[in-house]
Amino acid sequence: MIEVVNLTKQFGIKRAVDNLSFTVKKGEVLGFLGPNGAGKSTTMRMVTGFIPPTAGEAKICGISIVDSPAEAKKRIGYLPESAPLYNDMTVTGFLKFCAEVRGLKGTAKKEAVERAIETCFLTSVAQQAIETLSKGYRHRTCLAQALLHDPEVLILDEPTDGLDPNQKYEVRQLIKRLGETKAILFSTHILEEVEAACTRAVIVDRGIIVADGTPAELLAQSGTGSLTDLFRAVTTRDTEVS
Amino acid sequence: MFTIFKRELKSYFTQPTAYAIIVIFLLFSMALAFTFGKFIAVGDASLEWSFLFWHPWIYMLLAPAVGMRLWADEQRYGTIELLGTFPISTWKVIIGKYLAGASVWLIALLLTFPIVLTVNYLGSPDNGSILSGYIGSFLVCCTFLAITMLVSAFTRDQVVCLIVSVSICVLMVLGGYDDVTLQLAKIVSPSVLEGITALGVWSHFSSLSRGLFRFQDLVWFTSLISVSLLGTSAILSAKRA
Repeated sequence: MIEVVNLTKQFGIKRAVDNLSFTVKKGEVLGFLGPNGAGKSTTMRMVTGFIPPTAGEAKICGISIVDSPAEAKKRIGYLPESAPLYNDMTVTGFLKFCAEVRGLKGTAKKEAVERAIETCFLTSVAQQAIETLSKGYRHRTCLAQALLHDPEVLILDEPTDGLDPNQKYEVRQLIKRLGETKAILFSTHILEEVEAACTRAVIVDRGIIVADGTPAELLAQSGTGSLTDLFRAVTTRDTEVS
Repeated sequence: MFTIFKRELKSYFTQPTAYAIIVIFLLFSMALAFTFGKFIAVGDASLEWSFLFWHPWIYMLLAPAVGMRLWADEQRYGTIELLGTFPISTWKVIIGKYLAGASVWLIALLLTFPIVLTVNYLGSPDNGSILSGYIGSFLVCCTFLAITMLVSAFTRDQVVCLIVSVSICVLMVLGGYDDVTLQLAKIVSPSVLEGITALGVWSHFSSLSRGLFRFQDLVWFTSLISVSLLGTSAILSAKRA
């Protein structure tokens, strides 16, 4: 479903993503771990077609995001890191707009918006202006936008960032549930999330994959039974980067 | 494209921007027509000098205020990342946004209809040349709007965008203005002067406001607009790479 082959991104002299390859199959939830600045967001931006890769390729359901971006983008639902929204719109208005851009019309649009509002627990704020929403609601509104067209591939950049523990739990359950029928790639710093929601996880550091496996395999690899220990062992701290 | 257009236009009217712009435009255009424009005193049944003459002066300050948020805001709030990952081409987004900005101005211009009625009531003007004048005025405004859009693709800061675009528009208005040209002729060489006046709006606007519809003016306006929009597209894709 998501195939990433030798993906590379060069910003000036800095190589943000270096020859990265991985695949996410249908029914899989891949946790994308790594310290800040490891290239997680850059990778996701390339896979979603927001920025072009310097080299390499990403395929969504077999369609190249570089060669036929419009077709590939139709199959992706994407939650960007900062959960950007149009502040002057209402939640429903915003979702309707996104549905229209994605080519949904009439009752299909109405149903898609209603379903997304329900899935993301937004019913109580549906008519509220987005600028008046709290962070948790903003995040979920942006997540709802990614689910509107029932995409085969979901790419979520830190979907639980800034949420309270209850909301985090809900979102993880949601990811787990959606993961049964979709291919999901999501990034996080929170290591417990790997055990809670992922079927597989990779750890990236400075643009390179340094660990890859199911949560159980990674735990075994750590030697101590703690993902934190593994994470600290395989990644570089920003204090030591020269 | 229509979806983008609809959203942008709605956004102008759910925020105070459009109302402020329209009201200020109407106030200034009327005030200038009745004071410095001597609309009544001259007793001439036309709008060329009394009313339309002032439009470029107002646009050079106000048109950038309409266009400045078009891309600056998208970049500041990160919503450009949503647009960039929707299955829609950048080009359609650019056109949709541009048309929304232009529509605000079209509404503002249409709301000046009382002065057309008045001049028809007081005398018998040539309505063809009034229409041509209005088209010229709208084209000047659209050109300034396109330039603002290009500038707004460069920056995430609305204020920077406003200052830079206003400066460019002021240069374009002053550049071809007779009094300024006369003064400039004393200090710069004729070829430089020609370059400056070529970028000025007056030679193209005044023929239209006189009721003279020349093909070359239309080409001048549309090519400036297209170049700005193409530039916007180029800047936006260069920024992502």
